[in-house]
Amino acid sequence: MQRFINNPDEVVEDTLRGFVKAHADILGVSPENPRVVVAASAPIAGKVGVITGGGSGHEPAFIGYVGRNMLDAVAVGELFSSPTAKSFFDAAKAVDAGKGVVCLYGNYAGDNMNVKMAIKLAAKQGLEIATVVANDDVCSAPPSERGKRRGVAGEVFMWKCGGARAAEGASLEEVRATAQKAIDHCRSIGVGLGPCTLPAVGHPNFVIEPGTMEVGIGHHGEPGVRIEPLRTAAEVGRDMAATVLDDHDLPAGAHVAVLISGLGATPLNELYILNDAIESEIARRGLAIERTYIGNYFTSLEMVGATLTVMAVDDELKRLLDMDVHCPALP
Amino acid sequence: MRHLPNGSSGDIVLGIAERIIENRAYLSEIDGKIGDGDHGVNMAKGFGIAAERIRGKDMSLSAAFDLLGTVLMTEIGGSMGPLYGMMFTEFAETIAGAAAIDAALFAKMLTAGLGGIQAIGSAKVGDKTLLDALAPAITAFEAAISAGRSFDQGLDALVIAAEKGRDSTKDMVAKIGRASRLGARSAGVLDAGASSCAVILRELARGTKARLANDVETVR
Repeated sequence: MQRFINNPDEVVEDTLRGFVKAHADILGVSPENPRVVVAASAPIAGKVGVITGGGSGHEPAFIGYVGRNMLDAVAVGELFSSPTAKSFFDAAKAVDAGKGVVCLYGNYAGDNMNVKMAIKLAAKQGLEIATVVANDDVCSAPPSERGKRRGVAGEVFMWKCGGARAAEGASLEEVRATAQKAIDHCRSIGVGLGPCTLPAVGHPNFVIEPGTMEVGIGHHGEPGVRIEPLRTAAEVGRDMAATVLDDHDLPAGAHVAVLISGLGATPLNELYILNDAIESEIARRGLAIERTYIGNYFTSLEMVGATLTVMAVDDELKRLLDMDVHCPALP
Repeated sequence: MRHLPNGSSGDIVLGIAERIIENRAYLSEIDGKIGDGDHGVNMAKGFGIAAERIRGKDMSLSAAFDLLGTVLMTEIGGSMGPLYGMMFTEFAETIAGAAAIDAALFAKMLTAGLGGIQAIGSAKVGDKTLLDALAPAITAFEAAISAGRSFDQGLDALVIAAEKGRDSTKDMVAKIGRASRLGARSAGVLDAGASSCAVILRELARGTKARLANDVETVR
């Protein structure tokens, strides 16, 4: 294992220390809970608090999206493991300005349970937490069981649009509805070329045979829906776009935003190579691309691979995407 | 009648923590086949924190269960933090006022733990989760006791059923949690939660048996 770590059991603590040093102008760790990252500006009077939370190892997600017009706080879990209910609750408490808090998180069993318990803790103190659960990963369940799908990089769009809507001064219900619309308009797919290793485990927790790829791989190495021989980037990119667009079923002329994220160990140039094919397939279907984000937006330690997210945008979502942000992970 | 003294039995929880820590790599390896491979790591971390706070304290069993449950719920997270956290907290609440735990109260404690898990999670028996070890273990214990067997024999039945239940998860297709997204590909591997649950129940039974005492009346 060739990794820059100190103690494998303290990877999260060490990450947070370095992260906060780098971005002290934007955010800090909560004085009440070392597993909560809070925007320097939060709580903002008259604004709904916007939080998320999730396992670590996906940097810049989730912590990198804390900042002005984005997330107000993030509950931080162990590597690939949900934060505690207490951390979700403490995150909500830290950003509540009296207008309620919305928690925009991904559909994973642990996160669901811990958020559910956090809502109960908050209700006891008269704090309302609304939720939106991201389920944009098309390969994790068929369209008829969308509620079972896991949340992946579409969460970035959900946070961007939800965060911007809250910054406009919208009510808790309006922010929740907009974030829900954003994630409902997202479809994502991941393709894995190489596994990742939790430092405390010390060896890869799954295998991708040389010359093959896993289509539909999850953000924690959940195996894909099928294993195929590795093909050219042109073919892979086209198939990724085709899979999400077939699931989306958008009318010709619809406008979309595209997000291509590396999974941690794929060089940026390969994401551009993929994008060449992805944009071609999107254009071939008569869709107009409003904006493209390419980079490491939502990773999985040192996994080799990429995810594609396509969000259909209407005027509201476009306006919200265009709003200025100041957070570590977005330009 | 045989009973387990509540006071000073907190070391049973220490034993459970030690077994979980010993099985850290094994549990992570099982989890890695169809999950993300962190089950053993997170379990060992939570149980290890609790063990540090129990060691040398002469705690009652209920206090030790409560401490472990609280650590899992407030400091560990993941799925297992809330699930096992609820189980141990319910164990603690059920026996909190009792000086001695007889087989009937022990059964009530196990059932309350199961109820705690079901209150927070939505899994059913057969979904390839820790319930597949826990639920049949409780049923076997209750069946043994109501058939007139001793507390000791009930604990033996509990361990056999827990391990049989754990083994039954091998052929199951996961219906909930991270492995469920694999569909049929989740079959052929044990469930990590059922495996850790079997480890916990075996040590709980061993530690209980080692401390079972005869009631004073019976001794006379």
